[in-house]
Amino acid sequence: MKKYILAVLVDNKPGVLTHVSGLISRRAFNIESISAGYTEERDVTRINIEVSVEDNRELEQVVSQLGKLIDVIKIVNLGEVDSIVRELVLLKVKAQKETLSDIRNIVDIFRGNIVDVSPENVVIELTGSRSKIDAICEMLAEFQIIEIARTGAIALSRGPIPVKNM
Amino acid sequence: MLSTFVGGGRALERGEIFLLMNGAQAVLESLRRENVEVIFGYPGGAVLDLYDALYKAKYPHILTRHEQGAVHGADGYARATGKVGVCFATSGPGATNLITGIATANMDSIPMVCFTGQVGNPYIGKDSFQEADIVGITTPITKHNYLVKKVQELPRVIKEAFFIASTGRPGPVVIDIAKDVFTAELDYEYPEKVHLPGYSGDFTGDEAQVSAVVEALGKAKRPLFFIGGGVNLSNQTELFRQIVDHTHIPVVSSLMGLGCVPSTQDGFLGMVGMHGSYAANMAVQECDLLIGVGVRFDDRVIGKVAAFAPKAKVVHFDVDRAEINKNVVADYPVVGDLRWSMPIFAHLLQSSGENYTARFNIWRNYVIEMNDQYPFAYQKHSEYIMPQELIETVSQLVDDNTIVVTDVGQHQMWAAQFFNSRKPRQFLTSGGLGTMGYGLPAALGAKLGRPDKKVVLFTGDGSIMMNCQEMSTAADNDIDVKIVLLHNRVLGMVTQWQRMFYGKRYSQTLLGGKTDFVKLAEAMGMKACRISKPEELLPGLRAALAAEGPMLIDVMLPANEDVLPMVAPGACISDMVLGGEKE
Repeated sequence: MKKYILAVLVDNKPGVLTHVSGLISRRAFNIESISAGYTEERDVTRINIEVSVEDNRELEQVVSQLGKLIDVIKIVNLGEVDSIVRELVLLKVKAQKETLSDIRNIVDIFRGNIVDVSPENVVIELTGSRSKIDAICEMLAEFQIIEIARTGAIALSRGPIPVKNM
Repeated sequence: MLSTFVGGGRALERGEIFLLMNGAQAVLESLRRENVEVIFGYPGGAVLDLYDALYKAKYPHILTRHEQGAVHGADGYARATGKVGVCFATSGPGATNLITGIATANMDSIPMVCFTGQVGNPYIGKDSFQEADIVGITTPITKHNYLVKKVQELPRVIKEAFFIASTGRPGPVVIDIAKDVFTAELDYEYPEKVHLPGYSGDFTGDEAQVSAVVEALGKAKRPLFFIGGGVNLSNQTELFRQIVDHTHIPVVSSLMGLGCVPSTQDGFLGMVGMHGSYAANMAVQECDLLIGVGVRFDDRVIGKVAAFAPKAKVVHFDVDRAEINKNVVADYPVVGDLRWSMPIFAHLLQSSGENYTARFNIWRNYVIEMNDQYPFAYQKHSEYIMPQELIETVSQLVDDNTIVVTDVGQHQMWAAQFFNSRKPRQFLTSGGLGTMGYGLPAALGAKLGRPDKKVVLFTGDGSIMMNCQEMSTAADNDIDVKIVLLHNRVLGMVTQWQRMFYGKRYSQTLLGGKTDFVKLAEAMGMKACRISKPEELLPGLRAALAAEGPMLIDVMLPANEDVLPMVAPGACISDMVLGGEKE
């Protein structure tokens, strides 16, 4: 299975997420993550979809089927162009006085931030690639991770050209 | 029957640019502007205001006896006319009763706009009385759908819906309208154009792809056309026939492509696939260039994918990019509307200077001979009417000015095999979804759309019961359809599979046979007759088909006849169980 990140620009209308997610499930496509947010254009929402496909033919099917949706304006496979991929994770980890400095060291190594602290826990914010996030989770496991929230991957191509002009 | 629309918004006659009207009137005014001749529907709480406006406007409307009848009616109308079919239903159960019909239209790419009432804005999401999330439910089975919560959106949404339904690969669009939108007022202006950033409606493609096909044809020795519903839907039959006449390339058809080439024409090998003709299936397996035109390589056609057309390069003309390489890998894809690609293809073939007829002559004669040697066949019986014989007799009795509609099952396949479809939009059937109960309401829709045509429905004693209530609709509105009931007291297609693959264990497929369909039809206000003996068949059918008004013809048949040839599901299509004997 190969993974790709698709940048899907859609008309910012009610029902558009239903249309996209409904299509993915009924065509039995495998997705790792999906996230959506506003863009530099008021009417356009960007949906970032991380898909797992067997081969190029399946990838082509995902793109063609998504492309058929009326609300979908443009799809670019950012796996095919030089691009930056990031994911944000928030981690709630058990922490006492004795363990706090160890946790802080790990967070520093991964260039994350501690954004909340209480006598019993910390909340850590970290952005990076999937493997980096997996690695910090592994490192913090010994302190006991209470909760994880991940955004799924988003990506931008390098260079000045935006997806809408590709 | 359908008088022209005389209503109109109340300010319409004043010729103002903006017209003050309510949402219900705006729906009807928009339909009028889309030249909608008739609406199929069923009223209810959430659409009371819409129906009140309809009453005042005297808009032509057919009240079916079930919402499923309305949606299939709109579908049959669309298939027969090529126009967009329209139906109305209320919220909740009214709307969910449309689902089977919407899915049916979606699978066969039929242009349709379905209006459903939704509970009022303040009640949405509260599990209110007769509330169902219709946009959510219909998302997987529509080309597009809308929930309209503001009256100002209505004209734009309706304009877009008709545009989306009828352009490119056609399909059903659902517009769900909150109840309070119908009574809210707006300054009505119907947009002239749509602005959809993700859907231009332009389905022209790359001419080089067409040239590549002509080039491939220059190298081919055994080319074969494989046509489907796309040829029917894009109204390219005339041009396609010219291409066939010019090149003399043999043709096979999917169920949905029947009628595009006259079934009596030399070089037309009939339907291909699970119940296709011997020659059609063998030609696919032996051809070296398979030219798919408006087809989607359905599993009922291709059987075992790896063994399908093993010697052939595949050409695939289709409007839908997603169809390319979906089921069968195309060596020469041509993505674009057939209305764009077929004229270019015809022109390039003409100007190539090739004498295709001479080049393909040996191959063509070979497949024609094969077709003559192994036609669809059956054995007549002195005591029983054979189902194939019934279809053949109807086919002989009716002229080209006839639309045949089928339900789903054995009778459908026999109709596909033994009815001579000679014209496009003449053979209407639920192909992709295989919807039992489709036939009768679709036949009513076809007749309303084409009152100039004779409409004959082939149905079975299984299928008819799934929408038999529409006999009342036919009778009360005097819609002249002839229902030919293939009555064998079993769910025939399922018994056939049980006979072949399940050790003759007829699990839940034997009907008691106590239902008297003549009485049932008469009780609903239709004429009816019964034909039981072979010698009654021809005179009985002749009289019934010539009679005025809707009529049911109950034809008694033996229970254990199989549809043959047959390819087992998932088997190679040359691996056929043949049947019958040449007469």
